Amino acid sequence: MSDITHLLPCPEPVQLIAADGTAVETSEQARERGYAMPEAEDLLAVWRAMVIGRRFDAQATALTKQGRLAVYPSSRGQDACQVAPVLALGEQDWLFPTYRDSMALVTHGIDPVEVLTLLRGDWHCGYDPQATRTAPQCTPLATQAVHAAGAAHGLARRGTDALALCLIGDGATSEGDFHEGLNFAAVFEAPTVFLVQNNKYAISVPLAKQTKAPALAYKGVGYGVRSEQVDGNDPAAVLAVMRAAYAHARAGHGPVLVEAHTYRMEAHTNADDATRYRTKDEVDGWTGQDPIVRLQAYLVEQGHLDDARIEEVRAEAEELAADLRTRMNAEPTVEPLELFDHVYAEPTPQLREQREMVRTELAGTATAAHGSTQTEDAR
Amino acid sequence: MSPTTYAKALNAALRDALTEDPDVLVMGEDVGALGGVFRITDGLTRDFGEDRCVDTPLAEAGIAGFAVGLAMQGFRPVVEMQFDAFGYPAFEQVTSHIAKMRNRTRGALPMPLVIRIPYAGGIGGVEHHCDSSEGYYVHTPGLHVVTPATPADAYSLLRESIASDDPVVFMEPKSQYYTKADLELPTSTEPIGQAAVRREGSDVTLVTYGPQLATALKAAEVAAAEEDWDVEVIDLRTLVPFDDATVEASVRRTGRAVVLAEAQGFAGMGAEIAARVQERCFHSLAAPVLRVSGLDIPYPPPKLEHTHLPGVDRILDTIARLQWDDEPDHTHTPAEVSA
Ligand SMILES: Cc1ncc(C[n+]2csc(CCOP(=O)(O)OP(=O)(O)O)c2C)c(N)n1
Repeated sequence: MSDITHLLPCPEPVQLIAADGTAVETSEQARERGYAMPEAEDLLAVWRAMVIGRRFDAQATALTKQGRLAVYPSSRGQDACQVAPVLALGEQDWLFPTYRDSMALVTHGIDPVEVLTLLRGDWHCGYDPQATRTAPQCTPLATQAVHAAGAAHGLARRGTDALALCLIGDGATSEGDFHEGLNFAAVFEAPTVFLVQNNKYAISVPLAKQTKAPALAYKGVGYGVRSEQVDGNDPAAVLAVMRAAYAHARAGHGPVLVEAHTYRMEAHTNADDATRYRTKDEVDGWTGQDPIVRLQAYLVEQGHLDDARIEEVRAEAEELAADLRTRMNAEPTVEPLELFDHVYAEPTPQLREQREMVRTELAGTATAAHGSTQTEDAR
Repeated sequence: MSPTTYAKALNAALRDALTEDPDVLVMGEDVGALGGVFRITDGLTRDFGEDRCVDTPLAEAGIAGFAVGLAMQGFRPVVEMQFDAFGYPAFEQVTSHIAKMRNRTRGALPMPLVIRIPYAGGIGGVEHHCDSSEGYYVHTPGLHVVTPATPADAYSLLRESIASDDPVVFMEPKSQYYTKADLELPTSTEPIGQAAVRREGSDVTLVTYGPQLATALKAAEVAAAEEDWDVEVIDLRTLVPFDDATVEASVRRTGRAVVLAEAQGFAGMGAEIAARVQERCFHSLAAPVLRVSGLDIPYPPPKLEHTHLPGVDRILDTIARLQWDDEPDHTHTPAEVSA
């Protein structure tokens, strides 16, 4: 029998900074895998991106309450998982996000308004995937896992050392596509890193009803995929573990599966009633695990961060939020005829016909006969 | 009589089925504590226990395949696919196994299960939450496809679907979940396979189902008030089996037919209906059978869905196109036509 210990995750989630902001002694296995405290400079970048990301998240939540967004799935609480893995990506790497990963996209440098286009409802994907090396935010669960594996294989075949990062939720690990993605990535030794943000719930269903595995990280082992688990509310540990995973994949050793243990502080979306399935005590317990508070305490204690810098970044975040508010409050222009432009490279004769029908309708000529119903019907 | 919504009628149907038959099981994603994202299974786990209303792992192929195994053991699973497009991972199980098991086994393994699918749009949902997926299922022999448009039908057809010894794809138009009616439950409406005339009229037959019934009735009212067209509205209720008789009788009388479906039109349910009407009522028709449908595009983003969805104006424009020169020859009897 071959040795599988190199595939197995650390028995406990890797942690470098405790909830109170003090540094933690890591296990021997964690040290062997190179999970050391990142440089202060890198931690400061993660901290800044989290402060900005969270402000974005709060603003998006507020915009939903004002009816500006059709829906918004918040990732507050998962800030470390949203920010650190993205900051650690290389120039040529690709990102495969889900609907929840808006904060990650903002960290990736995508214009917040373009990030919210899907959720505002003016188009399905607001940014250019090629230019941003970011796949459209995926709504059907786990389907991006297979895409990420294929893209990673493609990047390798092109002779680059770029990789694909696939973000996925705990619930989605039950879908067949997740397993197929892991297996394909492993068989093709495709440089894919799968990050499961285990936020404990798939809408209302708790992890205990999702899996009997002792940790989701173990799911990689059966496919021959190196696996790890990390404290997802410890930004330093997430950064260290993801960097090691990227190095492993980039070196041609195949995919890595990382499970980050974290918690979604808000409801699934604004349309969800989380009081139906979780207690206030449980939520309060996680408030004490806040990744921003934790890293900030550490950085202040170490003398890397002071009030002036904190105030500066806070102001930067406010500015971003104000700008987002202004731009989101302007009614987006939507062009009905564009619906026909992107179904095929060349519209079919039938689509041309339908386009003409809609154009005529919009011009009002076809409806002049029963004009009174036009306005009511048009909306 | 008390006001009941379509959603509450479905909940009552599940509740009554669980009470009456211990082999009925409700299963799906979030159907337990949450009561489903549309609250159709609200309170069922509380009242019947986790063994009867079951939160499953998040895997549609798994849910459908698991139900196949349960049905083999004599249970009657009623599974919920959370939204239309999220049923696609289960497509293999539905089309290759659920639909064919009776046939493959010469009747030894029937599949008495129900797959509930909230479908179609008009609710401002983001992508993958608004597909009209009925076309995929109606094209698969072995499945019943049922789609109630009213609260009374929601109750009655769901009870009947659960009692059916064949698999039923039970398609719930999301836009109708909050439709209200004064209703005493339990109630029993026309059986599966029978259409209903929702509005009588003499000039044109408007054939529709599910998400578009309300729009059809609105259009009929406007047509009467503004255009002097007397529109008969037929609600199919069941797509498979298809009620040719009701549609045929109506079109023979009116001599004109428009088929209205929310789904994209190309090769869809609407095309099937139009072809059947044309084949059966050719000699009674004063004009070609016309269709009103969604556009042949992927379901658009919320801010543009009103461009895609058939609306009153598009229906009226189509009815206006039925002004054909020749008057129909109503002298043919059904017997002559089939001879
Ligand atoms: C194939 C599929 N089935 C069902 C859904 C509906 N749905 C949307 S989010 C969700 C829960 C996902 O949970 P998880 O994977 O843990 O991710 P999280 O939302 O917690 O980030 C469900 C069931 C979907 N989007 N896709």
